[in-house]
Amino acid sequence: MSHQGTEGTLLTNNVQTNNIENATAVTAIQQKLTTRNRNIYRENLFGRIVALICAALLILLVLSITYFIASKGLSTFFVDGVSIKEFLTGLKWDPEDEPAQFGVFPFILGSFLVTLLAAVIAAPLGIGAAIFMTEISPGFGKRVLKPVIELLVGIPSVVYGYVGLTLLVPFIREQFEVLGFSVLAGGCVLALMILPTITSVTTDAIEAVPQDLRNASLALGATRWQTIWNVVLHSALPGCLTAVVLGMARAFGEALAVQMVIGNTTKLPESILDPISTLTSGITLNMGNTIAGTPYNNALWSMALILLLMSFAFIMILRIMGRKKLSNR
Amino acid sequence: MKVKAKSLDHIATFLLTTIAVLIIGVLVLMVGYILTKGYDKFTFDFLTSPPNISEAGGGIGPQLFNSFYLLVLTMIIALPLGVGAGIYMAEYAPNNKFTQYIRISIEVLSSLPSIVIGLFGLLVFVTMTGWGYTLLSGALALTVFNLPLLVRITEDALRNVPPSQKEASLALGISKWKTITSVMLPAALPGIITGSILASGRVFGEAAALLFTAGMSSPDLNFNTFDLNGPTSPLNPFRPAETLAVHIWKVNSEGLTPDARDVADGAAAILVLAVLLFNLFARWFGTWIYNKITSGARR
Amino acid sequence: MLVNEAQQTVIKTTDLSVYYGEKQALKQIHMDIERNSVTAFIGPSGCGKSTFLRSLNRMNELIPNCRVEGSIQIDGIEVNTDSVPIEGLRKTVGMVFQRANPFFKSIYENIAFAPRFHGMKNKGDLDHLVEQSLRKAALWDEVKDRLHDSALALSGGQQQRLCIARTIATDPAVLLLDEPASALDPISTLKIEELIVELKDEYTIVIVTHNLHQAARISNQTAFFLMGELVEMGNTSNLFTSPQDKRTEDYISGKFG
Repeated sequence: MSHQGTEGTLLTNNVQTNNIENATAVTAIQQKLTTRNRNIYRENLFGRIVALICAALLILLVLSITYFIASKGLSTFFVDGVSIKEFLTGLKWDPEDEPAQFGVFPFILGSFLVTLLAAVIAAPLGIGAAIFMTEISPGFGKRVLKPVIELLVGIPSVVYGYVGLTLLVPFIREQFEVLGFSVLAGGCVLALMILPTITSVTTDAIEAVPQDLRNASLALGATRWQTIWNVVLHSALPGCLTAVVLGMARAFGEALAVQMVIGNTTKLPESILDPISTLTSGITLNMGNTIAGTPYNNALWSMALILLLMSFAFIMILRIMGRKKLSNR
Repeated sequence: MKVKAKSLDHIATFLLTTIAVLIIGVLVLMVGYILTKGYDKFTFDFLTSPPNISEAGGGIGPQLFNSFYLLVLTMIIALPLGVGAGIYMAEYAPNNKFTQYIRISIEVLSSLPSIVIGLFGLLVFVTMTGWGYTLLSGALALTVFNLPLLVRITEDALRNVPPSQKEASLALGISKWKTITSVMLPAALPGIITGSILASGRVFGEAAALLFTAGMSSPDLNFNTFDLNGPTSPLNPFRPAETLAVHIWKVNSEGLTPDARDVADGAAAILVLAVLLFNLFARWFGTWIYNKITSGARR
Repeated sequence: MLVNEAQQTVIKTTDLSVYYGEKQALKQIHMDIERNSVTAFIGPSGCGKSTFLRSLNRMNELIPNCRVEGSIQIDGIEVNTDSVPIEGLRKTVGMVFQRANPFFKSIYENIAFAPRFHGMKNKGDLDHLVEQSLRKAALWDEVKDRLHDSALALSGGQQQRLCIARTIATDPAVLLLDEPASALDPISTLKIEELIVELKDEYTIVIVTHNLHQAARISNQTAFFLMGELVEMGNTSNLFTSPQDKRTEDYISGKFG
């Protein structure tokens, strides 16, 4: 503790030495100082422990989620004897065939494709919106664009899926004379869903760029765009990347909205206008129809395990990027 | 050179403005589309009557009730835990490894796909407990889903309380715990409440975590009973419950009724409306309670 | 019960040093503070006077990496140790801060909060104590009709007097005032000063101030701090008219600070 150097003098000794004439009497001040209230001590301890338990629960949750998903997901390999390599790279998914085929590559590919497409669409829009909000028109940005973006966060994913299903899919169907359910539809819906994440994180990063840098650039005769491009975006780049990765992490794990618009076929797509499946859509559609403990069901848990591991991977990437950002300063 | 830079500047400004307008346009289009399509479903009958499996004309009454009831159950479980952990992080957490693990856990939990949380719920709250698909299982899964957000909200709100409040209380010889509960928490309340209402909006619209925990069906509810045990009593936490968000998904993927689309239109409109109301209410309430607590304080 | 009235010194520090991490903010301070008098601490910003004040009720514990070494005795009891309960110490040694910091509660609750925590449950007793405390802080007449309004609706000067009343309500022996008037207008400042002079009959008052005139007006003893050292301490009129140390003389004549 911070109180050293007092040589732990006993209180009673002190009282006595200072009151030689009246060794047994204690002044009001002395009494007040030394009266210990056990209740306070107990209450403090109680509060601290309760708060600690709540916080420790978070660690417990992560550990048990990891444990349970992993123990179910690994049984595909250790109980049903499917090889990990075959599982990850196999192109054929037909769990009800004889012998059953557990190639989840089409799902993995689907997840990555829609995530990447979403990032490609949402990154320029999201970063652009952030620049607009901070550099071009802060007033309008704060009053109109920011609330709009906050509302986009609030809209439930099934509603995104539903709008995609009733507006976007028919639109693609008519424009390109295809089925409509497609990678493109999934990517667009996800792009809209991750747009708020990208915008808000980028806005924070841009706002953290010191005003002096902008002024210096403008004073040198650079135009506003030159300043934004060369100075602001350059300093805010790590923040922008973080924003995009955060958005991708969200897109990768999104289930229902994607499932509603991508067609859910396990055939490999030839273009982004073809339907596809993702890990999440495979799980949502089949988990309810399979019996626990069967190889089919276990394979779905393995897909969930991949989702979980990807989620860890995204966090690792974000942490590494965050550390870089710190060491750059 | 100078001219080129100038015109590039104009083009960029134009493009960025276009993006902003585009985003606003998409939102207006989307919300407008949903609300106008579902507008004629805003009837008392649709909002209160049960769905009809085979013919047109069913409502979303039980689903609407389930959504609200599940939200209440979730918050009853999640709020104390979230506030407790938030207090720990803001007031107690020492700078050590254990605190770091908690921080990582919060990060992991908040970035977990909700379907994974749903599967965890299926395993632990549905199968291991032997409850089957129940409201309570759903509420627990949503607690896992919501907890990291509530912890963050509480921690931020507590950190935003002026340190002078804490100093004042400690200097009067008030214990740390009493300082937290009687001085810091009331001062942090506006932030916690606003954040919780926004979090409620998220819970209200969540579906993926519920498919395999609260289930995709609802018994025929008998709204004349307050019994907590009956299989058809609405308040029984141990009955399956399909929420509005799950209903939209189910109607679209396996709807058999001729008016499945209409039902989905109406349900989606109600859901969006509810989320809009949550959002507006959170803003209004945050300001109101702030003014109430500081009651015209000079700033 | 009250014995020891004869003993003049109420606070006695010996070899008191404070460190913020590696940096030493206070260097072996020896000081005796007299009972029922006003002691003023003066000195330029960062000289350690506030740090010293905050050591006396162990408020420095709130600052991470802060270490307080040495001895602080109050009425002969060593208090710079964990064996003295901190609640008791802070109840005995009350503190008022630079910026008025009333709780986000009603005027009544601001005062009743601490006594209730310390065990006073009876409504009548509390009502009486609230009135007594507000009267002592010369605030009663201004707020008696709106005790249940928010304390934040009061003016800055009223808020600061409320904070003094709140501190008095825990029945302290010592009042530590950390630049209590520095954020106030001249009239509010004057009221606080009058209040301090009145309160010294009942309490031992230690006040940190930037304002030399304030120190000269209200204090009996003055201590001059510079760069973590106690340069000089003595009777206020002596210190201001014939300082012993060259540095004190330079400071009070306005050569630096």
